[in-house]
Amino acid sequence: MSATAADAPAQQVVPSATPVVQVRGASKSFGAHQVLQEVDLDVARGTVTVVLGPSGSGKSTLLRAVNHLEKLDAGYVRVNGELVGVRVAHGRLHELSERAILRQRARIGFVFQGFNLFPHLSVLDNVVEAPVAALGRDKAEVRAEARALLARVGLADKADAYPRQLSGGQQQRVAIARALALRPQLILFDEPTSALDPELVGEVLAVIKDLAAAGTTMIIVTHEIGFAREVADTVVFLDAGRVVEQGPPDEVLDHPQHPRTAAFLSRVR
Amino acid sequence: MSLSTARRPPAADHPPDTDRPGGRPAAVRGDDPAEALVSSRVVPLRRPWRWVASVVVLLLLAQVVSGLAGNPAYQWDAFGYWFFQPIILEGLLVTLKLTAWSAVIGFAAGVVLALMRLSASPVLQSVSWVYVWVFRSIPLIVLLLFLANATALYPSLGLSVPFGPQLFSIDATRLLSYEAAAIIGLSLNEAAYASEIVRSGIISVDPGQREAAAALGLPRHRRFTRIVLPQAMRAILPSYANQLIGLLKGTSVVYITSLLDLFGQVETQASTNSGQVIPLLMVATVWYVILTSVLSVFQYFVEQRFARGVDRLAGRTRAQRILSAVRTRRGVAR
Repeated sequence: MSATAADAPAQQVVPSATPVVQVRGASKSFGAHQVLQEVDLDVARGTVTVVLGPSGSGKSTLLRAVNHLEKLDAGYVRVNGELVGVRVAHGRLHELSERAILRQRARIGFVFQGFNLFPHLSVLDNVVEAPVAALGRDKAEVRAEARALLARVGLADKADAYPRQLSGGQQQRVAIARALALRPQLILFDEPTSALDPELVGEVLAVIKDLAAAGTTMIIVTHEIGFAREVADTVVFLDAGRVVEQGPPDEVLDHPQHPRTAAFLSRVR
Repeated sequence: MSLSTARRPPAADHPPDTDRPGGRPAAVRGDDPAEALVSSRVVPLRRPWRWVASVVVLLLLAQVVSGLAGNPAYQWDAFGYWFFQPIILEGLLVTLKLTAWSAVIGFAAGVVLALMRLSASPVLQSVSWVYVWVFRSIPLIVLLLFLANATALYPSLGLSVPFGPQLFSIDATRLLSYEAAAIIGLSLNEAAYASEIVRSGIISVDPGQREAAAALGLPRHRRFTRIVLPQAMRAILPSYANQLIGLLKGTSVVYITSLLDLFGQVETQASTNSGQVIPLLMVATVWYVILTSVLSVFQYFVEQRFARGVDRLAGRTRAQRILSAVRTRRGVAR
């Protein structure tokens, strides 16, 4: 792997003791349904956190709150010490301007379950779009970097193809390259392999494993328990909008303390 | 497709090789009459009635053509005389002008109205809804007559603070020619329909697209112009082409406001040359057919432009594929 700027997410000079992500008292309800209840979560720099839990437990909502795709009713999220989507003024939390939120999001990569590549743009243009339009970077430079990123996810020869001409696994790898192009300090994965045929899951997980080995900070919502065991530094188990249990994978996955965790794990295994 | 079949050697040259290693089990061999034919092509079903139907339709078509050409009442010599008369071409120019201006203004206003309708503001939403409701309710002909008589309703146009002092004012009769009044009327009408067409296109785009664009930090206008609108155009174009063709022909109602478009000129000439009503109507018809055809061809190419990435097999447009297929065929012939 060559040591171009594209290979490593930009490192900021923040004391490594400060967690990259701090979630405090995150609460959210859709109507009468309480999706998140006072969730606290810390993610240390260079670590991988895997969020597990039954469907409807609030995993995706929590992940989407981290880059403010979902607004919290109460509580807050800090990324690299900076409040996401809100600011403190006159003793209250105020929603930030759209421009400021977009600036924050451009530093947080997000990979969707359904890829959400732009079907009318070529693979290369999908990757180039955000660094140029959101960060205002030089197009030629970004294009060269984008080709390096596509090579990194094993798709150097697909730069001029359109998303629909690729398999699901290839599309998801393009989506990862697209997220990496913004040189994020943090990447969020929302069930990145749930929309894939079983035989294509491996290629996407391999790319994520690669990123983990390179020291990328990531939060991954997934149902792949085996993968969680392999890649996670911390496993968080969520149930009914609460963090039921968290810790290293061998503790949470092999010796769950909470009956809900044990019940879930016995069902998905 | 015929290219590949032509290249394939005839089945008879290669009888199925039943003795090849790893072939089918011996028990099946000889029992199944289809076995000997595994590598031959299936003969397509013959469809004689399709041929009969085609012949009947062609005969009827020939009848129509001979009826048009052979019937002296159509006065094809008069048709030839009128077709390029400067006065007709003048009307044609008016029709084109009305169509072009109203199409551009109407579509632009339609996009704005659609965005208002889709915005989070209840005020903008309701204003847009009411606009569409009003202008889809008023018949175009009534709207045009209103505007042609607008100078009687509003003898002067100006800008003022609501319920406050007037800032400036102009004499409306000078500003509002018949042509301007017609363009305004057509645009107001067009905008109402265009806004619904644009809105249908925008809501047809997968919400995940907007979300992905937002997650990447793309600015709002960029999300709309670069991500949403190009995809919405696929749904917008066929309906808007319909609307545009409707507008082109719809401009013919302006003749009641004494504005002489293509149809207006034909109508005027027909009233003074009473024996030539039919050839004059044919002149208008043929010109409208020509304009509609140009729009249809234009529609095809614009649709191709926005179809990039839709095809799973190739990024090329259909037109490009046809061209390259023709080239390959020529290469084979040589």
